[in-house]
Amino acid sequence: MSFGVRLHVWGERACFTRPEMKVERVSYDIITPSAARGILEAIHWKPAIRWHVERIQVLRPIRFESIRRNEVGGKLSAATVRKAIKAGTTAGVAKWVEEDRQQRAATVLRDVGYVIEAHFSLTERAGDEDNVGKHLDIFNRRARRGQCFHMPCLGVREFPASFRLLEDDEPSPAVAEALAGERDLGWMLHDIDFASGMTPRFFRARMIDGQVDVPAWDDTEVRA
Amino acid sequence: MTAIAHRYEFVYLFDVTNGNPNGDPDAGNLPRLDPETNCGLVTDVCLKRKIRNFVGLAKEAEPGYEIYMQEKAVLNQQHQRGYAAIEVEPVSKKLPNDKAKAQELTDWMCRNFFDVRTFGAVMTTEVNAGQVRGPVQLGFASSIEPVLPLEVSITRMAVTNDRDVDKERTMGRKHILPYGLYRAHGFVSAKLAERTGFSAADLELLWQSLINMFEHDRSAARGEMAARKLIVFEHESALGNAPAHQLFDAVEVCRAPGEDDRPARSFKDYRVDIAHAAIPQGVRVIEKL
Repeated sequence: MSFGVRLHVWGERACFTRPEMKVERVSYDIITPSAARGILEAIHWKPAIRWHVERIQVLRPIRFESIRRNEVGGKLSAATVRKAIKAGTTAGVAKWVEEDRQQRAATVLRDVGYVIEAHFSLTERAGDEDNVGKHLDIFNRRARRGQCFHMPCLGVREFPASFRLLEDDEPSPAVAEALAGERDLGWMLHDIDFASGMTPRFFRARMIDGQVDVPAWDDTEVRA
Repeated sequence: MTAIAHRYEFVYLFDVTNGNPNGDPDAGNLPRLDPETNCGLVTDVCLKRKIRNFVGLAKEAEPGYEIYMQEKAVLNQQHQRGYAAIEVEPVSKKLPNDKAKAQELTDWMCRNFFDVRTFGAVMTTEVNAGQVRGPVQLGFASSIEPVLPLEVSITRMAVTNDRDVDKERTMGRKHILPYGLYRAHGFVSAKLAERTGFSAADLELLWQSLINMFEHDRSAARGEMAARKLIVFEHESALGNAPAHQLFDAVEVCRAPGEDDRPARSFKDYRVDIAHAAIPQGVRVIEKL
């Protein structure tokens, strides 16, 4: 029984931040399986299912643009909030942006389009009422109607992702000619292992005519 | 507070006349430009800053509407001191495990701070649950047509340092756009609103802030900025009734007939068309402005 889905996603900008260059963000060349999973989960997800990205088809040429913004440097500490709750006042729980300003550049992707091919499996948290057909139906129905839990994004929330379900018999959108041939994209984030202390796991991404086959999570090609 | 029950998208049009809507720190504070199209850009965080500032002004002393990310010039801490301690709901002291505790912190932040409830915030907690994803998401605003930044040299009839006293005056530079009409897209997720308690009143305040925020953001650099149109799409269901891009495509902004042979210099040079026929069932178009 096949329960895979194909989702066409596109947007004007995207930033799939490389973990080694995250202070001044530099995007990977293409969407990571982790970000693709996030897009699918924005449309439908339940603890009973887990999405697995099988293949990523890149549709548009890979181009970059740089944007520098004022950002803040720090995060709110839990201790401050705890203290404020105890004191019963919000005085002091504030971030003064002038005192903690950082200017950071981001090298982001321009004008992207992808087809995400994925399937899901049931997890140990699936109950009796969960079955593959039900979740597949929910996903397809939502994606077809443009429904989503929250607007999916291309790496960061300021770059929203438009999406469209590709029906079973529908051909994939055309791939840009510039993507012809084979390209080694190097080591790329596969996903984060949330079960064992947020360990990132990587794989060697090879793009052939814009297509990247994503190895399974437990494949020997995927390394922590 | 009951959370909103509908998904929303909005198209927001604002313009600038003889001003700099958003400076680019990479380009010596020139207005931001899309290098490929020469269209102007305004970042999402720039607009969010103005929403925060407006809410800070409008709801100064009101509990539940505080702003976590503050700019010094706009708010002062005195108003916070007026916050009566009694109005904070009592919180249970002992909770079974860390997860519940983290949730308590997050809830408290959402209840007290408008911007945390609306845009979310990252809080560090030992159990990694202090991250709030807010229901409101904004994209970059970009101008309808390419914009032309002008560099205007100005003089000041005074000098800063004693050693320059012979010069009598100093020169400065301003970067302005003669005119630019910008379009931004925004999203409001009802499902994320449930988690932060973003209510109908909060939504109304968000619309108010979009309509009025430039009125309280006057400065030498900005020139004249004004909100021109706020077109809201209300979906009947919480998850939505139509793809967002389809709704955005229904709003077309083009040059007014007969005006397209010269550079645009006012909002009158543009026309906004909403293709009502293209709006699917279950989506209500509300023109807020």
